[in-house]
Order: sequence, then structure tokens, then C-alpha cells
Amino acid sequence: MLHAIWLIVRKDLTVEVRSREIAYTTLFFAVSCVLQFAFALVKEGKPPEDGAAGILWIAIAFSGTLALGRTFERERQSETLRALLLAPTARPAVYLGKLLGIVSLLVLTELILTPLVSFLFQAPLLVHPIWLFAVVISGTIGFSAVGTLFAAMLVRARSRDVLLPVLLYPITVPVMIAGVRGTAALLQPEVDLGIVRFWVALLLSFDVVFITLALWTFEPLMTD
Amino acid sequence: MPKWFTPAAIVCGLMFVASPVFIASVRYESTMGLVQKIFYYHMPSAVMFLLAAVICGVASARYLFGGAPHQDRVAWAAAELTVLFGIITLVTGPLWARKAWGQWWVWDVRLTASLMGWLVAVAYLLVRRYGGPGSDKLAAGLALFGAANVPFVYISVNYWRTIHPATSVVPTLPVDMGMALWFCFVAFLLLFVLLLKMRIYLEEERARVDSLYLSLED
Repeated sequence: MLHAIWLIVRKDLTVEVRSREIAYTTLFFAVSCVLQFAFALVKEGKPPEDGAAGILWIAIAFSGTLALGRTFERERQSETLRALLLAPTARPAVYLGKLLGIVSLLVLTELILTPLVSFLFQAPLLVHPIWLFAVVISGTIGFSAVGTLFAAMLVRARSRDVLLPVLLYPITVPVMIAGVRGTAALLQPEVDLGIVRFWVALLLSFDVVFITLALWTFEPLMTD
Repeated sequence: MPKWFTPAAIVCGLMFVASPVFIASVRYESTMGLVQKIFYYHMPSAVMFLLAAVICGVASARYLFGGAPHQDRVAWAAAELTVLFGIITLVTGPLWARKAWGQWWVWDVRLTASLMGWLVAVAYLLVRRYGGPGSDKLAAGLALFGAANVPFVYISVNYWRTIHPATSVVPTLPVDMGMALWFCFVAFLLLFVLLLKMRIYLEEERARVDSLYLSLED
């Protein structure tokens, strides 16, 4: 099982390292998204108060949707998803492998996105790097856990590009609330770590519930 | 359609015609005045909204793990009713809130959770409509995730703030106001059952026509 997961992650990352298609496009999209916010919201050199947390998470959600769509589009174009599902391994392993691949791609994007938001919106995001990392990574896992399942299911659907965000955004409302609130709590002049801990705990329980639910439904949803 | 359908539909229609008269005859609430009367439609439609969402979730889970096509039709019908009663709830709510809270919308637990549930139901219908083949399972999965979401929205926003009146307000109403409320509640419940029945019937007929069509081709 673990070996199968590792093989799938390695396959995805090898394809990605060779083409760099998703990493570059997602990153560029995330950066231009943040710039749009900067043009729209920064007035006379003054960023909106408390805006940085929301902007960071919107950029993560948008670029995450793009990365999810592309990852499975690549499988579809080369007809490899069927091969993946035919492989003599448990379906949950396929799901977890895909999930890990997407999370690592998004973390890579966030490594550049976070300093950029911090810089453009004059937000002290990097004062508590470990807590910020905890909030961002647990939120990213939750977002990708739902996203991977839906993107995989949508591979065969018509108008999948439109349907992915349509499905994903209502479902990930709690991730967005907890992620934005947790990040905003870190931006306060007097950081109350108790509040941050609460949001991280909520995000982690969300991750657990949604990964469990996805593992449970991946099999019936991907069979037809 | 079952025999009781037409009489029940007539009764339901009469109740809805009578309900404004009934509501108008009830005393005015002391602080809110006329605006409070929105409540007689808001609360029943909100309960139907919730009921439809629960039916949709349960039927989807049963469809996904049992596979009887009937469950899928129930889920579809319930999703449409979720959207319909959701619109009524989400329109009447802000009309009341403008007067009661001085704002059209606040990010309260119930408001956020309702909006999210409504969005999931709309997404469900979009998938059914535009997803193409295989979208039935996709939609069932969506309904399942939507249902699992509710506690999280609840916790996350509860931690934040809450001002929506609690359900405990209902037994404390004066008798005439309570009567009007229950009258409207029964009218909405009847409407809900009729619409659900009709919608499932329509889907069953459609499935039957499809299967007849296929057997004719063979």
C-alpha cells in the first residue's frame, strides 16, 4: 500500500519535473492573481486592513483549482487514468498518491505566494513561521482532499473545467473560513496563540473527516 | 399518481390562499410590528429547506452504497426542493433581518450554513444538468460531502458570533401567533410532500419511457 502510494507520487513528480507545466502555470497564475488584488485594493500605497489573510487564501484556492484540473487533464489526455485504475493496487492508494502529489505542488506554490502577499500587503505573515505553516498546510490538505476526489470523478464528465470550482468552493467553505480566520489571527498585533490553535485543530479535524470520507467513497465513485 | 394527490393539492392551495388572511388577523408583535409577520413563512420554509437537504443526503448515501435507482430519483427531487425552499428562506430572512438587526445579512452560523447548503444543492443540480454520463454518482458524492460539512460550518461560525433567534422561541409564542405559525407550517409541509411526490413520479415515468424506448430498439 505505502509502496503503491510512493510509486504514484514519484510518477507524478517525475512527469512534473520533466515538463514543469503545472508548477510553472500554477505559480504564475497565483502571482498574477495576487497582483490583481494589489491593483484592486491597495490605495495610495496603503493596503486594506486585514486583507492579506483573505487574499492569500483566495490565491491558494484559485491556483489549487487550476493545478487539480491540470493534473487530471494530463491523465485523461494520455488515457493513463484507466491504466492507473487497472493497476493491481487498492483504489485508496491511487487517491492518496494523487493527493500527496497535489499537496506537494501547492506547498511549492505557497512557499513563493506567502512572502509575496506579505510583501505586497505589508502583513507580518512570517513572524510566526511555524504556526503559519501549520495553518497553511492543514488548510491545503483539506482543500486538496476534497479537490482530488472531485477532480478524479470529473475526469469523464462533460464541462469538467467549469464544474470543478462549482463543486469545490461550496464544499470547502469551512476550510476557507478556518484558514482565513487562523491566518488573520496570526496578523494581529498581539497574537493570541490559543485562537490560532483552535483554527488549526478545526482544520486538522476537517482533514481527517474528509480524507476518511474520500477514501470511503473513492471506490464506489470511480467504478462504473 | 396516487388517489389522494388531487384532493391534497386542492387543500394545499386553499391553505395558501387562506394563510395571508390568517396571518393578517393575528396580533402585531410589540417591537417588530408588521415585519414580524414574515416569520410565518420564513420558519416553515426554512424547516422544509432543511428537511429536503436531509432527504437528499440520506437518499444519496443509500444510492451510492446500495445502488437502487429509485434512491437517486428521490435525491434529485429533494435537491430541487432544497433549492426552491432555500430561495424562499434566503429571501424572507434578510427582509426580516433588515428590520431586526439593521442589516440585510450577517455571517451568523445559521445564515452561513444555510447559504452553504443552498450552494451545494445548486451545485448538485448543475452537475446533474451539465455533467453528462456518470453524473448521478458524482452528484451523490457531492451530497454526501455537503452533509458532512454542516458540523464544520456550525463550529467555525459559532466560534465567531451568533445572533439568529434560537428554535426555543417557538413554544414561547402567544397562542394566536402559534396557531398561525402551525397553520403555515402544515401548508408548507403539504406543499413539500406534494412537490416531492410529483417530482419523483415524473422521474419514474421518464425512466420508464427510457426503458421502453430501449427495449423497442433491441
